[in-house]
Amino acid sequence: MGSTNSTLSKIPNVEELMQETGFTPAHIVRLYDRFEALDKEKTGHLRPQDFGAINRLAMNPIGDRIIGAFFSPGQETVDFHSFVRILAHFRPADKKRPKDPSMPEPVNSRTSKLKYPPLVFSLISVAFQLYDQDKDGKISRAELLQVLRSMLEMQVTEEQLESIADRTIQEADLDKDDAISFEEFRKSLEKVNIDHKMSIRFLR
Amino acid sequence: MVLLAISRPSLASEATGNGTEHTITTLPIVIWKWEEIHFPYLVALWVLVSWLCKLVFQLNPCLTRVIPESGLLICIGWVLGGIIYGADKVQTFRLQPFTFFFYLLPQIVLDAGYSMPNKLFFGNLGAILVYAVIGTCWNAATLGLALWGCWLGGAMGNIDTGLLQLLLFGSLIAAVDPVAVIAVFEEVHVNEVLYILVFGESLLNDGVTVVLFNVFDAFVSLGGAQIDAVEIIKGIISFFVVAVGGSLVGVVFALLISLLTRCTKNIQIIEPGFIFVLGYLSYLTAEMLSLSAILSCTFCGVCCQKYINANMDERSVSTVRSTMKVFANGSETIIFVFLGISAIDPSIWVWNTAFILLTLLFIFVFRFIGVFLLTWILNQYRLVPLDFIDQLVMGYGGLRGAVAYGLVLLLDENKYKEKKLMISTTLIVVYFTVMLQGITMKPLVTWLKVKRAAVSERTLAEKIQNRTFDHMLVAIEDISGQIGDNYMRDKWNNFEEKWLYWLLMTPIARKSCDPIFNIFHKLNIKDATSYVKEGERRGSLAFVRNENKADVDFNKKFGADFSEMIRDSVPSVCLDMHEQDLKMRESEDFDAHHLLQQHLYKGRKQHRHRYSRKQLEVNKDEHEVQEIFQRTMRSRLESFKSAKMGVAPPKKISKHLKKDQPQKVREACTFSSFPLVFITIFLEFSEGDSASGYEAAGGSFPMRAYRGAGIVNPAFMAEMDTMDPMPPMQQIPSWLAETEVDSSNMVPSQRAQLRLPWTPSNLRRLAPLCLSTHSNDSFLLADSPATQEGISELPPPPPPQDGQGQGTHK
Repeated sequence: MGSTNSTLSKIPNVEELMQETGFTPAHIVRLYDRFEALDKEKTGHLRPQDFGAINRLAMNPIGDRIIGAFFSPGQETVDFHSFVRILAHFRPADKKRPKDPSMPEPVNSRTSKLKYPPLVFSLISVAFQLYDQDKDGKISRAELLQVLRSMLEMQVTEEQLESIADRTIQEADLDKDDAISFEEFRKSLEKVNIDHKMSIRFLR
Repeated sequence: MVLLAISRPSLASEATGNGTEHTITTLPIVIWKWEEIHFPYLVALWVLVSWLCKLVFQLNPCLTRVIPESGLLICIGWVLGGIIYGADKVQTFRLQPFTFFFYLLPQIVLDAGYSMPNKLFFGNLGAILVYAVIGTCWNAATLGLALWGCWLGGAMGNIDTGLLQLLLFGSLIAAVDPVAVIAVFEEVHVNEVLYILVFGESLLNDGVTVVLFNVFDAFVSLGGAQIDAVEIIKGIISFFVVAVGGSLVGVVFALLISLLTRCTKNIQIIEPGFIFVLGYLSYLTAEMLSLSAILSCTFCGVCCQKYINANMDERSVSTVRSTMKVFANGSETIIFVFLGISAIDPSIWVWNTAFILLTLLFIFVFRFIGVFLLTWILNQYRLVPLDFIDQLVMGYGGLRGAVAYGLVLLLDENKYKEKKLMISTTLIVVYFTVMLQGITMKPLVTWLKVKRAAVSERTLAEKIQNRTFDHMLVAIEDISGQIGDNYMRDKWNNFEEKWLYWLLMTPIARKSCDPIFNIFHKLNIKDATSYVKEGERRGSLAFVRNENKADVDFNKKFGADFSEMIRDSVPSVCLDMHEQDLKMRESEDFDAHHLLQQHLYKGRKQHRHRYSRKQLEVNKDEHEVQEIFQRTMRSRLESFKSAKMGVAPPKKISKHLKKDQPQKVREACTFSSFPLVFITIFLEFSEGDSASGYEAAGGSFPMRAYRGAGIVNPAFMAEMDTMDPMPPMQQIPSWLAETEVDSSNMVPSQRAQLRLPWTPSNLRRLAPLCLSTHSNDSFLLADSPATQEGISELPPPPPPQDGQGQGTHK
């Protein structure tokens, strides 16, 4: 696999990346190729416009928000490491991988999907971020309404959207502050089997 | 039916003895007509008896907890068979293959297809197909070969059979049976993935079974010598033709049904009938073309469920659902009872210990081996691997049932000298799997701590999250540049939305079949009904009047008051309106009017047309709306009055509510006037009945005229305008005011009914009967100032309707 090795050598800190995310070299290479394809100007970083070039993404109701999730707050670009780290959240949890106790727990295990450590992205927090655009840590009614509107606009009238939004907040809002905090969000998803739902096949 | 053609020879002989030379000498007052009607009579009687059996063991509930119903039915069948045998000395009633395959099986399969959770099914289709096709072939081949090996080895003694015959026997007994699987797994509630795998396998393996059966049957007829490569290749081709062809037939019929339901708006009374007839036809057509009938029926149900549920009226949908369950359950019961009865027949029993025991052993062993092998292969490719426990249960859940028995009866005795042996073995196998494995399934599942089905109700938040996740996954796949499952699913959804919806669904249905919306409605209805219950329980005075606040936040107000009967102590959020949006409120008044018209009206119709066989909805008389409304308001007043005076409110209201609860809360609204409004809002989307456990069939229903009429309804608008010059009542909602305009046309009695006995002068208080916010209890309001002026005259005319008069604002 000469080309793989040569590609791998181009990527800085690739060993650490593989250990942290659990991707195999082949995966990393594939993702790197994709990264390069998106990065038209070869700057080594991706900007939101680069994502915009993906046509299908434009048709996705929450496409732009997902693009936003790739960028940590304050950053304008995303480098390959962050790119891979975020995608690693969507790997199916692999129970068969031997657990090396010295290694930090890989990024996409179930617990990391539940915790909210500020530096490590977890899957739920990615989802939370999709809603919480102003990053105040809460999903307000307006934000929820926006997401609902983009997802359902064809089929539902405005009043119904508002009702649905109200209803959703009522269901999830435990401290009655008319907004959904991260804890409440997480709690409302307790019964949903995130692992099963959020894994993408090819990333295995 | 073949069943009765050969049945009751004794009776027939009696009949000929009595009836043939029948010359009357005097006028008979009553004649014994048994010979003429014995056929339908026996059929009906047997159906009744089978269903009564179900009743019998329900008397002892702990029995049903241990032994699955199917097992108990077989036992009762034994008892009945014993009785009949004792009486007739020959088993006159048996499960005939023709009856089974054409009258008892189709409805079970149709029901299975119609209530199949599609998303789960298609999501796991790959695994299901692997198990169904490869697994069944494996089972058949290994069983046949193993038995042949044992026969060659002489373990079975002297039986006249050969490799091909044993392979045939293997193929018919190898198939997992849908009837048995439904019967046993229904009571166990394993997790959905496991269930769908076993169940899907049991349905789809019919394709393989039919092919193998026919192929080996043909081979046996041809004789061993004539089988060469060509024949084998033909056999393989025939598999594809039969399986794929059967599925295509099913899909074609599904399209037909969907198209048909698109046009049946005006004959809603027999709309449900089409589903059954066409479903049955799909079964028969496939059978006629010697394709796989079960596959055809399954796919017919699977493919059409979404569209017909959206197209048809809610009543039709729930009719279809209930009727299918009745038929399917009924058939299942009959099948198991007859399986028991058929056993009590010495003429079919040939006992060969080795054969029977070896068959049992091999079935068991090879099933497990097959499952483990295939799962190991599958797990390399599955996103969510199946763990060992699930595989164990899957292997153990390979139940054989009536289909195998039906197939074995079809064998030709001349070709298969050992047919009786095969019948006996099949019966033993069926009993073993259904009874023993059925009984031990539940304890096994508990002991192994198999993941059970999540019984939680879906909340709206979850549904929305699921939707978001779906979009997210598609986006991630796009970003990382790969084509994955989600991409395909998204593509299919787009295709479906673009073409299929346009083709197969009515325009109205198209807009409203969104799952999030459905959950929303269901939750609203639930809230409404529990709200009503609570209100009734508290004597219908639960609404607290609040003069100051124009809008009521039910959250905050009633959360404390209501018991935990109301989920989350929140009735609904729809009612939480804020004052500022007057325009919205106005439009919602129109909505409310329209809703009231729809639902009061309907309730009335259901009441009236009990005897009409032709139509459900006759006239759209708006006066009816008024009349009903007046009536209910009056009764409401009575109850309020009596409550005030310490008399218990009429119990019948709540009883009606309870009775109607499972079906349409809509009906309740004609009886319980109190939370009239709130119910009607939600009732628009009433689908009343609870969805099946696996969220099957979408449950989408047409949002009919709501959308169109809701906001801009020219009819109402026009009336609004005409009212301007002579506005009859103060801030009375338009529909009530309407009557003024038409009063000349009204029958005097109706006009009289217009005058509410307790009409307060300030009719503003009636307004809350529309959607709006605030006080709710107009009669409470009416009561307080105790003004009874203007009873003899209609209240003073309202100012011109300019949108601000609607609702009660302060």
